[in-house]
Amino acid sequence: MKDEGMSVIVTTIAALIFPAIMIFSFYVIMHGHLTPGGGFQGGAIGASAIVMLIVAYGAKNVKKKVSDENLSIFESIGGLVFVVVGLLGFLAASTFLYNFLVGEPLFGTIPPFGSNSGILNSGGILPILNIAVGMKVIGGLASVVLVMALAGGDEE
Amino acid sequence: MNTDWLLQHSPALIIAIPLLAAFLTPIIDRFSRRARNAFVVIVLVIEEILVLFLAHDVFGGNTHIYTMGAADPFSAVPAQAAVPVRIVLQVDGMGIFMGIISATVCLAAGIYSLAFVEEEKGKGKFYTLLLLILVGMLGMELTGDMFNLFVFLEVLTIACTALIAYRSHHGDAVEGAFKFLIISSIAALFVLFAVALLYAQYDLLNMAALASAIKYTNLDKIALVLLVAAFVMKCGSVPMHFWTPDAYSVAPASITAILVAASQASLYALFRICFSLYGVTLNLATIGGALIIFGLLSMFVGVTMALPQKDIKRLMAYHAISQTGYMLLGVGVGLYLLAKPEFSTYGIKAMEGGIFHIINHAMYKGLLFLTSGAIFYRLKTRNLNEMGGLGHSMKWTAIFFIIGALAIAGIPPFNGFASKLLIYEAAYKVSPILSIIAMLVSILTLASFVKVFHSAFMGPKIHDVEEVPKSMLAGMAVLTFVIILFGLFPGWVVGNIVHPAAQALADQAAYIQAVVGG
Amino acid sequence: MIYSIPFYTVVILILVGVYAVIFKRNLIKIAIGITIIESGVNLFLITLGYREGGVAPIYTNLPSGIKIPEGMVLPVPQALTLTSIVIGVAVLALMLSLSIMIYRHYGTLDSRKVRRLKE
Repeated sequence: MKDEGMSVIVTTIAALIFPAIMIFSFYVIMHGHLTPGGGFQGGAIGASAIVMLIVAYGAKNVKKKVSDENLSIFESIGGLVFVVVGLLGFLAASTFLYNFLVGEPLFGTIPPFGSNSGILNSGGILPILNIAVGMKVIGGLASVVLVMALAGGDEE
Repeated sequence: MNTDWLLQHSPALIIAIPLLAAFLTPIIDRFSRRARNAFVVIVLVIEEILVLFLAHDVFGGNTHIYTMGAADPFSAVPAQAAVPVRIVLQVDGMGIFMGIISATVCLAAGIYSLAFVEEEKGKGKFYTLLLLILVGMLGMELTGDMFNLFVFLEVLTIACTALIAYRSHHGDAVEGAFKFLIISSIAALFVLFAVALLYAQYDLLNMAALASAIKYTNLDKIALVLLVAAFVMKCGSVPMHFWTPDAYSVAPASITAILVAASQASLYALFRICFSLYGVTLNLATIGGALIIFGLLSMFVGVTMALPQKDIKRLMAYHAISQTGYMLLGVGVGLYLLAKPEFSTYGIKAMEGGIFHIINHAMYKGLLFLTSGAIFYRLKTRNLNEMGGLGHSMKWTAIFFIIGALAIAGIPPFNGFASKLLIYEAAYKVSPILSIIAMLVSILTLASFVKVFHSAFMGPKIHDVEEVPKSMLAGMAVLTFVIILFGLFPGWVVGNIVHPAAQALADQAAYIQAVVGG
Repeated sequence: MIYSIPFYTVVILILVGVYAVIFKRNLIKIAIGITIIESGVNLFLITLGYREGGVAPIYTNLPSGIKIPEGMVLPVPQALTLTSIVIGVAVLALMLSLSIMIYRHYGTLDSRKVRRLKE
């Protein structure tokens, strides 16, 4: 991974495609309760977008914009949201990770049984858990590749 | 929040609280170091109190069930289905017994680490990973679901590897961690393969429901062999013990004490599979005999390879292998006799001896590793040839080492004596050779610890060192307190703590009843 | 017969993986061997759930005429496989990081030379 990155064509195209890949990753995370996908899958797509930036621009430039500590905090927030939502199940007078949002306006419509066209607003706490897992996976996988790219560079 | 509510929801709280704390620790670490230290110690103390509180109720005879995510946490089978469908945590006597061990060792190691890793880098991650090891161990011990066991086993493996390689500026720490990771990954993949085989046949993942549905077909035999091989690999018993000296010697001393408890969590999983999942359907003479043979080999190979060692932690790691042999011998005798009428006379006594030895071993081996860490902290070396005369200046460390060495050799009034006596007596009835080998190994253990004591603590004063900081002494004192307590009142401990655990392990019908029948 | 081909593939993958872990000396090849074993076990888990003529177990835009739940493949092994893939990613990341650090200390990736911890 050279410090100065690759040529102008590669960096321009990477910068143009990056938002599209991130939007696709958010789409896969958000629709986890309707279509194949969910937290880990969408998170892996998002992390690979950041890896594409590392390959195109070079690890040192990406580290200036998105440093390790920021990714670490992003990851910790994802983990915290997951456990806190689980513990909120206790407040609804039930068990850990109880689906207390069924029937509420936030994510709570109950879809009809059988084949339907997919209601985004359903699923209870599942979309929130998917987002939390997605944040954790993006933070985790991106920081793993960033640290490995930087570690390889430090040797020479 | 009254105590009833706390008691009913404590299995989930015991796992959720360190998980929350593990994710909060990096955020607190950015603000203040002292706040993070205080936070970690407070969380470990809360864990210990919760585990003891739940243990008090479980040892009174109730098995606790907790269904995650259901409206009613105490019924495992939902109204529309005939089998349990959610993840069910099932806490019986044996599970909470191992939970007490994990919580106590992590508390002692956590207090010890406050001063021990002061000069290293990346301490915020150290405490996060320590709390994740606690989550992994408690998850393995409290769960009633096969796949959940696999997931917590992997969490434990990953967190332990990262902490073994903590001193990454030494090359050998990273090498030991790599070996540990390879062996543990292969063991975990065997476990997953076996879980897949069992799921393919019976469509169930819950351990109690599987236990009531299992017929001993050929695929079940393959799954049993894979599970036994995987957990024997993980607990450091003889056919695959090669990772144990390397991993135990290069980790920081408090992490080594926790690794001992982690290996015993795998030992617990082995017993849970043999007794509660398969029970009397399997061929008891074969599996019980295999466990007895593993135990004998571990005892003998462990202690004979420990005698010529020069590195103090490697020597203690070989002794850990040998003591694991005692536990396998005790419980193996119990498994061997499970269906026979002699079980109620001396089979259960052998199991009690093996199970009592688990907690004794965690306590005194943890204490010995912490003392060797204290020596390393002052002298920066683990080689016995370079130590000497430490008894003049490190008096408290020497006293703790003597207590640990006498306990491991089985000298009264410390706790090693009680559990070893139970194992000697009960194993004698099966075959006198077992007791003779066990006693011989005990004598060789005492010999090697006399050697270590003489090299490290006696002799003229060569090094000019002081005593270790107070937090390290406090961590060692926690374990010493338990050793002396269990040594002075073994009858009370066996009657109230070990016997319910052994009874819960041997009684497969009650285990099934609590989830499916009740 | 054709439905047994995935199971034969599982056995071949696991044997290739175990061969790589035992007999290869380069640390990266050992890590690849463990990943191959994990791929084999994941394939085994997915293949367990297959039912002949089944569709994906998703209610969104289900084709008409499919009976629920007999016309679908089993969803539980898919969840187990997903968890196992995530765990495999974490273990592989850890193994590769440890290989980088070993290379920095020893200068070689040959497992016979990375051996300071002897008897």
